[in-house]
Amino acid sequence: MSVMHGAILLPILISLFIPLLAKRIPTIHTGWFVLVVPVLLVSYFSRFLPGTMSGETYTARMPWLPSLGIDFVTYLDGLGLLFALLITGIGSLVVLYSIFYLDAKKESLGTFYVYLLMFMTAMLGVVLSDNMVVLYLFWELTSISSFLLIAYWYERERSRYGAQKSMLITVFGGLAMLGGIAILSTLSGSLSIRETYASLASIQGEPFFTVALVLFLLAAFTKSAQFPFHIWLPDAMEAPTPVSAYLHSATMVKAGLYLVARFSPIFADESLWFYLVSSVGIFTLFWGSLNAVKQHDLKGILAYSTISQLGLIMSLLGLGAAALHVDVLDDGLYTIATVAAIFHLINHATFKGSLFMMAGIVDHETGTRDIRKLGGLAQLMPISMTIAMIGTLSMAGIPPFNGFLSKEMFLTGVLEVSGSDLFNLPSYGWIIPVLAVVGSIFTFVYSILIVRKTFFGKRQDDQLPKTPHEAPIGMLIPPLVLVSLVVIIGLFPNLLSNTLIRPAVEAILPQVVDAGGKIDVHITMWHGFKLEFFLTLLIFTVGFILYKTLPRWQSLYNRMPRAISLNHQYDALLRRGEQTSTRIHDTVMTGYMRSYLVYIFGFIVILILTALYGFDAFRFAVDPISSIHAYEIILALVLVSSALSITFARSRLTSIILLGVTGYTVALFFVLFRAPDLALTQLVIETVSVALFLLVFYRLPEISRKEERIPFKLGNALISALVGLTVTLVALASLSQRSFASIAKYYIDNVADLAAGGNMVNVILVDFRGFDTLFEIAVLALAGIGIFTMIKFRRTGGMDK
Amino acid sequence: MKKQAKKHTNDVILESATSFITFIIFLFAVYLFFAGHYTPGGGFIGGLVTSSALVLILLAYDIKTLRRILPFDYKWITALGMLIAVLTASGALVFNVPFFTHAHDYFNLPLFGKTSLHTAMLFDLGVYLVVVGVTMTIIQTIGESD
Repeated sequence: MSVMHGAILLPILISLFIPLLAKRIPTIHTGWFVLVVPVLLVSYFSRFLPGTMSGETYTARMPWLPSLGIDFVTYLDGLGLLFALLITGIGSLVVLYSIFYLDAKKESLGTFYVYLLMFMTAMLGVVLSDNMVVLYLFWELTSISSFLLIAYWYERERSRYGAQKSMLITVFGGLAMLGGIAILSTLSGSLSIRETYASLASIQGEPFFTVALVLFLLAAFTKSAQFPFHIWLPDAMEAPTPVSAYLHSATMVKAGLYLVARFSPIFADESLWFYLVSSVGIFTLFWGSLNAVKQHDLKGILAYSTISQLGLIMSLLGLGAAALHVDVLDDGLYTIATVAAIFHLINHATFKGSLFMMAGIVDHETGTRDIRKLGGLAQLMPISMTIAMIGTLSMAGIPPFNGFLSKEMFLTGVLEVSGSDLFNLPSYGWIIPVLAVVGSIFTFVYSILIVRKTFFGKRQDDQLPKTPHEAPIGMLIPPLVLVSLVVIIGLFPNLLSNTLIRPAVEAILPQVVDAGGKIDVHITMWHGFKLEFFLTLLIFTVGFILYKTLPRWQSLYNRMPRAISLNHQYDALLRRGEQTSTRIHDTVMTGYMRSYLVYIFGFIVILILTALYGFDAFRFAVDPISSIHAYEIILALVLVSSALSITFARSRLTSIILLGVTGYTVALFFVLFRAPDLALTQLVIETVSVALFLLVFYRLPEISRKEERIPFKLGNALISALVGLTVTLVALASLSQRSFASIAKYYIDNVADLAAGGNMVNVILVDFRGFDTLFEIAVLALAGIGIFTMIKFRRTGGMDK
Repeated sequence: MKKQAKKHTNDVILESATSFITFIIFLFAVYLFFAGHYTPGGGFIGGLVTSSALVLILLAYDIKTLRRILPFDYKWITALGMLIAVLTASGALVFNVPFFTHAHDYFNLPLFGKTSLHTAMLFDLGVYLVVVGVTMTIIQTIGESD
């Protein structure tokens, strides 16, 4: 375990103590304690900057399941560091913001910060893991923590709906990735991303390689809300605003982009990768921006805008793959798309983070986020307005803010690729720049919309639930920090070019670096009168005209039939799924223990008998059976007769006693066959359970066997006879054919050496198979809690009518 | 239901026998627990034997008496046991070895002489506490439900 592992796990470890803090020290907002964690982590991770700038990477290994090749290996390079800094940096600001956003008296802060810290660990784990299974683990943990955070106000129906939706979609993607990991690791023989990249030459031609590629992209697309999986992101806006700012704009949704970037070295050589990533991305950009304009909720607009911006970055990552398909490497023309992707990723985190916080402020101070009710807040909330102005202007791509720079580079990248003759693209390559420009136009429209509708125009105080005023200073500091970054990056973009962007791009395109190509990152405000410049002018002009005429064409949105909308499809699918499972449930789950036992035993019998038949295992040799003593026969007779008599017992007391007899007889068998541990356990359990029976004895209903018909009894008898027969067959068959050496030998040889123990049974329990025991006691504990709650509930009338 | 109301059996022989038999059973449980690594016994059996001692008190007296003698919330004991078990297992990670790696060594302790100490014993203690906690939780909740 290294310091890096500690850094990744720190938030989740601290989260263990958060509920305690929240309970014991209610006078201080719990957020202040939480704030320490991301701040510490930022300073820790920024120490790696000089190293990654010179191309160094840092790894540390912590063995976890070495026999399966699953070790917690951390790997920090330019790309990982960029994300780690985003996660912890934006994390610090969001926690600071949440201190003022969430009321310590009304909200359960303990749970909120536990989820948030859990998420922080998950995210750091995703971006810093080299082992794919560990990556997957953290990946799903981000889905789970996101689910919990969206459902934070779980009394609201919309929150629960949104949480379920995001969970279903992103976990589906995660499972697809697990399949991809399985394929990839089978092909390369390693679970390490770096080792897979190293063995790329031998696996690239494999037929399943492209299947893995598609599966990985499914994960990335669902997580990064790409079309058609984007439908979960708007519903995720039911989460508290700090969460939206953090998870659903700056970090978690970017995990998909990270995945694409991280696996670019492995997959980007395939032309399928280029097509899928860039076309899905560019269409998402177009679709998201188109839909953002029709929203009325501030956060809804921002959600669709995030979808479209994620699409923009995604398409750039796809276009960047073109760099691997051209021989001229040193002119840096094709790498510009990747540079733009990373640059825009940073810019998006700054301006979208600040915009979400602004939306939260407006919501917090006016009580609504509906832009039809808002307006004229400029005089009352001048600082929030400044934040909104800078953020939206940057998003719209207006100079001198950072969004302008990356959007110019985006256009350059788009034009560059559509003009090239890669993969016979030119025939329909024009689609890419057209979609890009249309998407940018709508981005411009909704950017104006946000500021104009919220801060200008007529005030409608009668529509607002609260009297609006400026937010407290603590709530304003985080977005102010972010918008100052927007301005600083806009004016001095080259502060980032060598510190963050170049190391990250080199990590995405190692082939270019290995081939001696130079990645030259130099961002300039002014490119000269090139096509990009005129396109930007076109975007501004058309965008402005469209904004002015908005009321005239907005009704077009209602023309889209509801039946083909993706949300409608999702709901229908969910409903059908629920109906089917209810039907199955109602027929199978009768509520009678005996039905379940019939299923279980019937299944076991069928499974084992088929297996025995299938493997042709009905073989019985009598010679390995040792001689049987008379007292063993007597014991067996006692056992059988007591078991048989239970079925005929008329009173419960008789049944209990007979059951005790069978139990003790089995214990005697254990004694005879020299298994003192088992015998001891069996005896004590029999004793304790008889005591338990005595306790509940008076409360049990009388045995009534009248309602049981003859066919029912015969059926049960048949099943029990079959179970007995099956077990006997298995025992005989396993005696007569020994395909493998007995495992007992291993334990006999190693108990003393490896575990320094004398009692094999116990050593197996606590040492060799300690995991089993751990889960067994967990099950035991669960059973205990289950019985406790069931009985307590019945007493308080919680369950009983 | 009427018989149930009569809680206290007032069985003098059982009661006085219980008061010292319980100790013997309990000591036997402790012996079983510590002996587990070399001879039959261990956390699971030790825990069961301990709870059988507690059940004996319960039968001879009643639930309230048991409560007075041992005023524990057995759910917490279960939780404590789980915690000890998980922490023992994950403690290995701090020393950069796989989850659940146990360590043992021999020490010269006063009174006992040369003794081997195992981290497996700590894990077993967790098992012991969970078993006692769960059995007693079940018995107590069922016994109390009236």
